Amino acid sequence: MSSMRKSLAFLLPLAVFLAIAVFLFKGLWLDPREIPSPLIDKPAPDFRLESLEKPGRLVDRKDMLGKVWLLNAWASWCVACREEHPVLIEFARSATIPIIGLNYKDTRVDGMRWLAQFGNPYTTSAYDEAGRVGIDYGVYAVPETFLIDKQGVVRFKQIGPVTPELLREKILPLIQRLNA
Amino acid sequence: MIPEIGNFALMVATAVALVLGTLPIIGAARGNARWMALARPAARVLFLLVLVAASCLVSSFLHDDFSVRYVAINSTHALPVQYKLAAFWGGHEGSMLLWLVILSFWMFAVSIFSAHLPREMVARILGVMGLIALGFLLFIVLTSDPFDRLLPAVAEGNDLNPLLQDPGMVVHPPMLYMGYVGFSVAFAFAIAALLGGNLDATWARWSRPWTTVAWTFLTVGICMGSAWAYYTLGWGGWWFWDPVENASFMPWLAGTALMHSLAVTEKRSGFKVWTVLLAIFAFSLSLLGTFLVRSGVLTSVHAFASDPRRGVFILLFLATVIGGSLALFAWRAPKVGLGERFEIISRESMLLTNNVLFLGAAACVLLGTLYPLMLDSLGLGKISVGPPYFDTVFVPLMAPALFLMGIGPLARWRKANLPEIAARLKWAAAVSVICAVLVPLIEGRWSFLVSAGILLACWIFSTSLVNLWSRVRPAEGGQIGAKFAALPRGYLGMLTAHIGVAVFIVGVTLVKGYEVEKDVRMDVGDTTALGPYKAKFVGTSEGSGPNYQYLRGQFEILRGDKAVRTMYPEKRGFGSNQSEPMTDAAIAPSITGDLYISMGEPVSDTAWVVRVYYKPFIDWIWGGCLLMAVGGVLALSDRRYRLAQRRATDPELTATGAASPA
Repeated sequence: MSSMRKSLAFLLPLAVFLAIAVFLFKGLWLDPREIPSPLIDKPAPDFRLESLEKPGRLVDRKDMLGKVWLLNAWASWCVACREEHPVLIEFARSATIPIIGLNYKDTRVDGMRWLAQFGNPYTTSAYDEAGRVGIDYGVYAVPETFLIDKQGVVRFKQIGPVTPELLREKILPLIQRLNA
Repeated sequence: MIPEIGNFALMVATAVALVLGTLPIIGAARGNARWMALARPAARVLFLLVLVAASCLVSSFLHDDFSVRYVAINSTHALPVQYKLAAFWGGHEGSMLLWLVILSFWMFAVSIFSAHLPREMVARILGVMGLIALGFLLFIVLTSDPFDRLLPAVAEGNDLNPLLQDPGMVVHPPMLYMGYVGFSVAFAFAIAALLGGNLDATWARWSRPWTTVAWTFLTVGICMGSAWAYYTLGWGGWWFWDPVENASFMPWLAGTALMHSLAVTEKRSGFKVWTVLLAIFAFSLSLLGTFLVRSGVLTSVHAFASDPRRGVFILLFLATVIGGSLALFAWRAPKVGLGERFEIISRESMLLTNNVLFLGAAACVLLGTLYPLMLDSLGLGKISVGPPYFDTVFVPLMAPALFLMGIGPLARWRKANLPEIAARLKWAAAVSVICAVLVPLIEGRWSFLVSAGILLACWIFSTSLVNLWSRVRPAEGGQIGAKFAALPRGYLGMLTAHIGVAVFIVGVTLVKGYEVEKDVRMDVGDTTALGPYKAKFVGTSEGSGPNYQYLRGQFEILRGDKAVRTMYPEKRGFGSNQSEPMTDAAIAPSITGDLYISMGEPVSDTAWVVRVYYKPFIDWIWGGCLLMAVGGVLALSDRRYRLAQRRATDPELTATGAASPA
């Protein structure tokens, strides 16, 4: 009996290792960088802001109901946005869905100059000077991008620049599904 | 053409590794001398082939052959030549090849320095290492070929990660891998002994120097990594408990326990089960570290796990090697007898406590490293485990080990006398307590942790001196100098390494207790006070290095009103990546503390956020690590190893030099 128990003790290291191996195996399919957003599968917060390009014209989230669309928070002072910009321009050229910009904590002059310089992929940009809407959407660093479905529900969120791979492998398939 | 030669060499090496991993082991089991005799030549051929492959990759880098995908990703024409060499291990494929180069180097070394071993033992050791090499070769050839072509070739490469363009990075990874992979030798010895059923003092005597070499390299490697983080990351930190650091620290903890355990097995033929288990652990943790760093489970560089193929392969390999050896352990170890008996108060029991504490510490680091992954895979949410956890569990585990470090070397084997030890150490204890009170008083700020740290550091230092004095004092005749010269190097190595630990603790304690960290907005002309100094922002200038643009700040350092030196922290922009510049801190080192200035972000045309730090005694941290490594080198130069090499087969001679480097 005691020798039996003793032999079991020698199996302990193996058992611990096997348990660790199971976790490591599951871990291979997880993305350590993915930060879940509390907004996923929740209705996108309402907003109604002046347009960046046409002061006085309003951009309203409710106007987008019935469409699948992207909301992209950007700013002229944001370096990573500059990196992301060509990807969005390319996307806007070929895409079937509107991209609404959220010009976050910026000035009108700087924002307009930036669009003139680098091109404008946005259907329109909402001018969020105080960053209030950004807070509602939980934006803590620009750029951030939200994919919103026909019912106004957030289906996907990207923190940091949108990359061609991300568009190809996640966003486009999701758009197809949402539009189906 | 050259990359194809490299690729071909790897394929031939795979076949050689297959032969090496099977025939000699089978030969040892069946007593087939010709199959066993294959081990040495096969190991040497394998080393040669891997060396050919490595040279091909080096040559591709030096010739800027951007038709090789790996070269195109990690180099440019303008990259200085030393970084073209370092770019070898700048990415995944090359790192794996470096692993293999070092593994086969160790196999080569074993094939040379094993004249005194029985042929069955040599066949098994090299066979086991051959199997490990086979796993890595298959991994490289099937999933991570560094010679993969990029056709058509690109005109210019993508450049080496600027963080890695640093002299430290040229030497740090090979050092670290020499240590990591070096534990494969002790591992192979352990597996060979389990297979052959000859787990005894001789086995421990053979594995001991190999373990010490690997441990010494690993110590230097970790030390360099920490110094690199200090001066390149711009935050002035020297250890972050991030998964990559932990991956190298866990084998170090297990390896340290292994070294001490081997001493007991060699001298008292005790702890055999412990020692063999620790040898398996040390290498398993090295492999696990490779997996954690390379598979992307903890630090993914991919946006999502789009290619878990590599991860699955390493995990299968890991499961085979670690699972297989632990299963072998569970099967064979129960038959291993116990060593000589020992009392509760004895050097053995203290070393046993040391084993348990170090293993406990390694387990805590492992838990902290894997915990986020475990929660995530159970769907319990995302968390990250940071320094608060590690500091909280690690310090209390190490404190008793450090206390025992003072007593253990003075205690007798088998049965020690507590009152006698107490009498010998009373002065050491008194001096330590006085220092523990004095140092915070002199620094002018009381802190329990500082006091405790200084107490332990002084305790280790003064008990080491007591120990040394008891060996050289002229009381029983003989000159101090002559007695000192006659001390075995193994013993001196032990003392040096222990004093290194004391020096290390002084550094950690005083930095944690008394560092000054200021993140201030400074305009040109502004001055900020810093410990005993003042720093004045003189201005900025721009220029260019070999392959980067820099913006350089100029700071005048004043002591009183006298300028003592000028410091130049830089922001460096590499290639197309000018928008996210690297921070190159300016450091004025001295034995009592570093001044550390790094440029943060510009806030206006002339004003900057500047990080000005004063780090008292921080260089003692690395100094202590280097002393530990020097201790390792001293132990390796012990007379008995040189004798063992010369008169390999005479067991009488090899036993004479046996002192007590515990």
